[in-house]
Amino acid sequence: MDILMNSVLVLFGLGLVTSVVLSVASVVLRVEEDPRVEAVAEALPGANCGGCGFAGCDSYAAAVVNDPKVGPDKCVACNAETAAQIGVLTGKAVCAGEPQVSFRRCVKTEGKVKKKFAYQGVTSCAAAARLQNGPDACRFSCLGFGDCMRACPFDAMFLHDDLVWIIAEKCTSCGVCVRTCPHDILEIIPQAARVQVYCSSQDKGKAVKDVCEAGCIACGMCVKKCPAGAVSERNGRIYIDHAKCIEYGPSCEEVCAEKCPRSILRRMQLGAQKAEEAA
Amino acid sequence: MPTPQLATFTLGGVHPPGHKDLSCTVPIEALPLPELLTIPLLQHFGAPADPVVAAKQVVAEGDLLGAAPKGLGAPVHAPVAGTVKRVTTVPHPVLGKVRGVLLEPDPAAAPRAYAPLDWESRTPQELLARIREAGVVGMGGAGFPTHVKLSPPPDLTVDTLLINGVECESYVTADHRVMLERSADLVAGVRMLLRVLGLERKGRAVIGIENNKPDAIEAVGRAIAADPAVARDGLDMSVLPLAVKYPQGSEKQLIEAATGRRVPAGALPAHVGCVVQNVGTAVAVYEACGLGRNLTHRVVTLTGRGVARPANLLCPVGTPLSVLVEHVGGLSDAAVKVVQGGPMMGFALADLSYTVTKQSNGFLFLTREETDLSDFGPCIRCGRCLAACPMGLMPNEISIYMERERFEGTDRFGLWDCFECGSCAFVCPAKRPLVQFIRVAKLKLRQKG
Repeated sequence: MDILMNSVLVLFGLGLVTSVVLSVASVVLRVEEDPRVEAVAEALPGANCGGCGFAGCDSYAAAVVNDPKVGPDKCVACNAETAAQIGVLTGKAVCAGEPQVSFRRCVKTEGKVKKKFAYQGVTSCAAAARLQNGPDACRFSCLGFGDCMRACPFDAMFLHDDLVWIIAEKCTSCGVCVRTCPHDILEIIPQAARVQVYCSSQDKGKAVKDVCEAGCIACGMCVKKCPAGAVSERNGRIYIDHAKCIEYGPSCEEVCAEKCPRSILRRMQLGAQKAEEAA
Repeated sequence: MPTPQLATFTLGGVHPPGHKDLSCTVPIEALPLPELLTIPLLQHFGAPADPVVAAKQVVAEGDLLGAAPKGLGAPVHAPVAGTVKRVTTVPHPVLGKVRGVLLEPDPAAAPRAYAPLDWESRTPQELLARIREAGVVGMGGAGFPTHVKLSPPPDLTVDTLLINGVECESYVTADHRVMLERSADLVAGVRMLLRVLGLERKGRAVIGIENNKPDAIEAVGRAIAADPAVARDGLDMSVLPLAVKYPQGSEKQLIEAATGRRVPAGALPAHVGCVVQNVGTAVAVYEACGLGRNLTHRVVTLTGRGVARPANLLCPVGTPLSVLVEHVGGLSDAAVKVVQGGPMMGFALADLSYTVTKQSNGFLFLTREETDLSDFGPCIRCGRCLAACPMGLMPNEISIYMERERFEGTDRFGLWDCFECGSCAFVCPAKRPLVQFIRVAKLKLRQKG
């Protein structure tokens, strides 16, 4: 009986002491938190994709409330409505951003890129790329193991026909896939982009032709022809300044795409739609 | 009286089939001059050498092609006299492409004659500088610049020079043949290494050789006895036969086998008073300091059941693999896989355009019977990889984390202590590519910073 009473009393005493300590601590050690931070975090998607440039949704919420320089429209995964909501919460003006999308710069199936060797092992692009740049004969190909797809926080990618495809409606252009790709073939471009190069090879003309029937040989025709000066070449890869291109407008009739000898600089079609039809 | 137990390391280890009989009795054969050498400027651990030649430039044998880069690295020299065709990108088995020099050898040029130098009057610093200039790197496969390994941090005391004649990888016999045919040069090289490390008076040199090479143990022992300088200078130099166990040729495992000392995680061999050099490196040091010859040639084993005539070839660096294959009579139709290095740690090659470098100790041409092309399955948690791992790590957990894309958690299982020996993957009954999982985990963690 004694033992029973003793243990009950000891537990009761312990409980009493801790509850007093905790209630004192809750008053003394109280941290004042801006309720707006919580409200903003609530409004954000919570995918922690990092597209805003901050470590995650919570750190962006804290920054947008406390730092006057951080705009309310940095979240790439939010629609205009959410951005406006954050604007109201933080009292900041929203400037509407151009909607963007991730784009795969490779058409290796079209170019009939051969396999250098039979790959066997971990099914990941990062692993395959470590072996002589992967099993594809082209060292700038989409390896098709889907590292980007698994990294995508919005489930906006799928694998089909040894390539990864992007579902434009789901893509928030957060850029996680771009950072994941070991061959650096994904690019964030405006959804309204008029033209795009469907290849990311940095190799010289002959090396490209040897491995791919479709690949860009960086001949520079597009750079020469573009009346807006929106096309440039860097390290053997063609880049399009989409802001300049869209601003110039359709009066050039996409002369770059017309004149491309490899027909690899093309008028934009968002890739996934095409693949969904195929699938 | 029972035979005494041979020394080896304690933790883990495996016994892969040796297959060394294919080539261990074939004497080293010098390769005829190839028509074109494709010389990568990265043949070592570190940064690529900076090219110092231009197209159409005529170079003599031993001339500098690439100067040692700033930081970790080594220079690259011309193996033969000839004309530089181009400085361009050349295939590299790991990086895919790397800068390199195409050199057209001049068949009319007489090979350079090397006269013995009076190295014994040189100071350790002069010898060390000579080793650095000659581009000597670890010949065991990793290609770590030798002069860096010979300059241990000054606050650590080194008392033992270990010479690695273990060659624990299956198939490869390059070091074995070097020990048999160049044992006198090996002993001379070890004497130079002792001088550089300042161990002539108060240190010792131990040449560790696994006892599956009794002829090498005998040959090197005889060479030590035959070198008058060893007795004259009172050098403590000996051969230590070791029990056969993979991966005994790894630095930390060899140190434990030979001295009983264990190198703590993240520490250097010098922390336990050791410096380890490969037998091939010791011979290269002899050639650099004793003959004034830069490191431009190495012995390469061509073996496997997919090659017509297994051989040990002395070739200039930059020799394309296709030339080697042609020299030994081509490949059989049964060859399905080409591996640079041994079957445990080597890497598969996509084609024969890759070239001999200072790091390539062998090329294997494996038939379907010698390879396992089946797919891997899920981890059955048998724990055999734990028992096999010589570092006491948990490859099973790392692979499971990686399959779940949770690479942040992998460093808890000793990821950074893994030296990728492949013992875990060798014993895995589910045939899981455990080393590849670990390599990807390291890559991902490094990217994350």
